[in-house]
This record gives sequence, structure tokens and C-alpha cells, in this order.
Amino acid sequence: MSRTPATDPAAPPRTTPHEGGPGRARADDVALRVDRLVKRYAGTAVVDGLSLVARRGAVTAVLGPNGAGKTTTVECCEGLRSPDGGTVEVLGLDPLADAAALRPRVGVMLQDGGLPTGVRALEMLEHVARMYADPRDVGELTERLGLGSFARTTVRRLSGGQRQRLALAVAVVGRPELAFLDEPSAGMDPQSRRAVWDLVAELRSDGVGVVLTTHLMDEAEALADDVVIVDRGKVIAQGSVRELVTDGGADGREHEQTLRLEAPAGLPADLLPGLELRERAPGQYVTKGVVDPGTLVALTQALAARDVLASRVSVGRRTLEDVFLDLTGRNLR
Amino acid sequence: MSSHAATAPPDAGAPHAGPAPTRRRIAAQAAFETRAILRNGEQILVTVLLPLFLLVGLDRVHAVELDTSGATRIDFLTPGVLAVAVMSTAFTSQAIATAFDRRNGVLRLMATTPLGRGGLLAGKVLGVLAVEVVQAVVLVVAALVLGWHPDAAGIPLAVVSALLGTAAFTALALLVAGTLRAEGVLALANLLLVVLIVAGGVLVPPAHLAGGWSHVAALLPSGALGDAMRGALLDGSVPVGPVLVLLAWTVVLGWATRRWFRWQ
Repeated sequence: MSRTPATDPAAPPRTTPHEGGPGRARADDVALRVDRLVKRYAGTAVVDGLSLVARRGAVTAVLGPNGAGKTTTVECCEGLRSPDGGTVEVLGLDPLADAAALRPRVGVMLQDGGLPTGVRALEMLEHVARMYADPRDVGELTERLGLGSFARTTVRRLSGGQRQRLALAVAVVGRPELAFLDEPSAGMDPQSRRAVWDLVAELRSDGVGVVLTTHLMDEAEALADDVVIVDRGKVIAQGSVRELVTDGGADGREHEQTLRLEAPAGLPADLLPGLELRERAPGQYVTKGVVDPGTLVALTQALAARDVLASRVSVGRRTLEDVFLDLTGRNLR
Repeated sequence: MSSHAATAPPDAGAPHAGPAPTRRRIAAQAAFETRAILRNGEQILVTVLLPLFLLVGLDRVHAVELDTSGATRIDFLTPGVLAVAVMSTAFTSQAIATAFDRRNGVLRLMATTPLGRGGLLAGKVLGVLAVEVVQAVVLVVAALVLGWHPDAAGIPLAVVSALLGTAAFTALALLVAGTLRAEGVLALANLLLVVLIVAGGVLVPPAHLAGGWSHVAALLPSGALGDAMRGALLDGSVPVGPVLVLLAWTVVLGWATRRWFRWQ
């Protein structure tokens, strides 16, 4: 027995973000390792030296605006595209050379669904289930994801959210060890989203590694143990949600409030006494520190004195949206 | 201890179950493809109703003059109509189905399941053959009712010729489906079928076509398939020329498909 107790496979899967961050995951723990991945289309690098690690039993969100290279990265991991540089290791194997060995172990939900239009929803799920020796129970999965109401409807007639739920069911029906979900809750109503999030959380607690791409902040915040923020084909920040929103865990910062203000561009930085108002993008302001009721009174008075109307004021902790905006000066969408 | 490491974790949802056996995966895909074609109204129209209409129409309505070289009209027509049936399924129907599957990401998704690309291709080819069996039953019964007397000795040869034609036309279907836009394939696959029926030497032997075109038509897969089927079912023997033409098309189109087919 060469294994140490620390790598005992019977150990319960971790369900909380762990301290070290994704870069320091143990080798046994690693479900996916992408190292300096490069992918070019017509000479332009869409993915440009991207590295990330995703753990088993954890949800890793690859977050970034449209066109950041998220889907291309995931497609290289799924064996659908061959990298122009760097390496990808999926469950310790090469997604292209070891494709046959990986296919039964990896579940995939494509952004465009990949569902044939003329087939009934349940029929498609049953068909994919037949590709596995011991698939999940189709009936149970149908109920979990609320597919029953449209089980006999052809894919062509499904709404976007219904297609997404079916595509997710297809991705997990083979009991994958690692699931790639590309924009899993795009186009979904809040109820469907809830069902999807619950299923993702359950996969994680069953020890499945989940890699999902999203441009939805709240999705990453609600689901992810580790977040990888991608922009222009590169990783610009990564860590747990808590690490990212507290600037790498700087002492005391998590107790501060963030005040966000949307108002006409050009307001001075010293609009509020004792707080620095930063204009991160034209008309988008943020200030950090101790925000109390008096701060809001001061803010509205200062705006009134200038005859300026705020279109949005919010107070709360820093979000991933703020992190992204801070790093890139742009909004995610 | 590797046996310990290989043990699946105890969780209900987590352990990976492994793939179904290859034969079961391919059989499932073939059944899936066959059902999809036979349930689609437009596909039934082009694969079953069009050949049936040609068979009955050309046999019963004598508006079109046919030089049958002494054979009865139905004996002369049936082999060519069976060739049309092969073309409609292996080429038109398969090209359209694959083009839309490609556009909708179905090819990519199925390639990530244990089926894989090879299994997907095998399933498609078996699906084509299954639809051809359905076509053959319908058309043979109709032809027999209309008084068809095939050369019994040629039936195995006709089956082999149909398989060769299926190979060539499936390769062509995959080539256009894997390189052109789905809407383009829809138009091209239907148009090409009509053009080949009218002038491709399939219903009317290439030798009966006007002037220099007869030589061209004999080298088309449609003309070669038509001649091979007529040779088998009218005379009980298949000339070497059409067989070589079909083999050559299969090799060239198969190579081109491997070279240019794009999964996305």
C-alpha cells in the first residue's frame, strides 16, 4: 500500500473551498490541468497561454465576457479541438490521444446544445444513456430537472431553457467523473436555473469535478469553489470567490462595504467626505470603506447640489463583477 | 495496490460506469438514425415516395418514350428506380441529415459520448442500409405487382452493386455535409438528385443519352450504378466498367471527405 492516508479515495469529497486555491491542488485531486494553452483561429490567438486547474469534487467556474476564449478552452479539454500550444490533461490523460478512454468518464454540455431537432426530448436522453454500461436512471433525472412536462416534445419545439436542461441531463446521464458545462443556465427562467444549480451542487458532493463557463456573476458566486477569470484568452485572476472579492484575503477588507453608483460621467473623486470615489468606467463609480446611512444622505445631497440624478446606487460587499471591472475597466457583458 | 485505487467511490451518482459495448452503441445509433429518417415527412417523400412515383408513373404513363431494347417497360425501369432509391437515401437524405446535425452541434456532442466519431459514422452507414431495406421492400413489391420479372441469378449482383453505390453516394453526402452550410446542402442535395435522375444515366442508360454526354454520364456514379443494376437484374451479369467507376468514386470521395470534412 503505497498510498498515504491523505490520499485515501474513501475520504469524503470536499465541498467547501479550500485554502490554497486551485493552483495548489494535490495531484490526486486534480481533474483537469490546462497548462499554457494556446489556440489560434486564422492566426489570431483566441486562447493565449491560459493555465488553470480544476479539482475533483469541486466546481470551477471559468468566468469571462463573450469572446474571452472560454468555450475554445473547454472544447480543447473535450477533445473537440486540438491545441496549437501548451498541454491539457483530463483525469491525467490526453483528451485527443486518450479520447476513447476519456469519453465514458467525461460529460459534456455544449453551448449550442448539440441536440438533434427532430427527436423527442426523452428519446434523446434515453439514446445517449444507451451509450453507457450503467447510466443514471433516466426517470429520476427527468424528474430532477423537470423534463417530464416536455418529454414527448421534439427538440425543435423546446424553449431555450428546456433545451439547456435536456442538454445538462445528457451531459450527466453517464455518471461522469468530470463534467464540462458550457454556459449551463443561459436562457433559463429562475426556476430552471435553481434546478440546474441544485444538480451541479449534488454532482460536486458526489465527488464529480465540474467545470462550467459562464458570464453570469451570480452563477459563479453561487456555485463555484474556484473561479478563473478569463479575458482575451488569458487568466487575469483566479482563486475562491472569497479570495477574489477580498483582494486575495487582505486582512479586514471583507468587513468593508462597497458602494456602487451609476451617474453621469465626470464626478469628482472627493464627492463624499472621507471616501474616495473611483470612476472605473465612464459613469460607473465605486468606493470602498465603511458605508453608513449618513454616507447615503451625503451622497444624495452632493448629487442634488450638482443637479445630477443617480441611475443606480447600491451598497454591498464586493462582487466578482467588481473584480472583473477593477481588472479590465470593462463590464462583463 | 492498484485494485484498491481502481475501486469506484461509494457515492450513488459519482462512479463512472464505463461505456456500453461497441456493438450496442453502434446498433443504438443506427436505430436512432433510421427512426429519425423514417419519421421525417420530407425524408419519406424523397426516399420512398419519389422512387415509387417514378416507378409507377413511368410504367403506367407512356408519355415518356423509353428505348427498352426489347425488355418490358417494368423490367427495364425497376433496376434504375432501385438505383434512384439508393441515391436518395445514401446521398440526398444523408447529406441533409448530417448537414443539420453538424450545424446543430449533434456531431460534436455525440463525438464526446462513448459512441465517438467512428461509432457515429458506423451508425449512419447502418442507418442508410436499414432505410434502403425499407425502400427495397416497398419498390420490389410495387414492381412485382406491376409485372416485374427480374433475372433471379442477378439478385446477389444487384445487392453488391447497390452496396457499392451506397458507399460512393454516402461518401459524397458526407463530403458536402461536412464542408457546406446546412441550407446550401439542403438545396444542393435535392437539386443534384433531380439533375442526376434526369441526365445522370440512372433511369435512362448513359448509352441512350445524346452524343458526347453519354460518355460523361457513364463515368458518373449515377450512370455507373444504373448500368450495374440494369446489368444485374436484366441480364444476370454486371459489366466491369461500372463497378470500377463506382469503386473509383468511393475511393476519391472517401479520401476527399477525410481530408475536408469539418465536424463544426
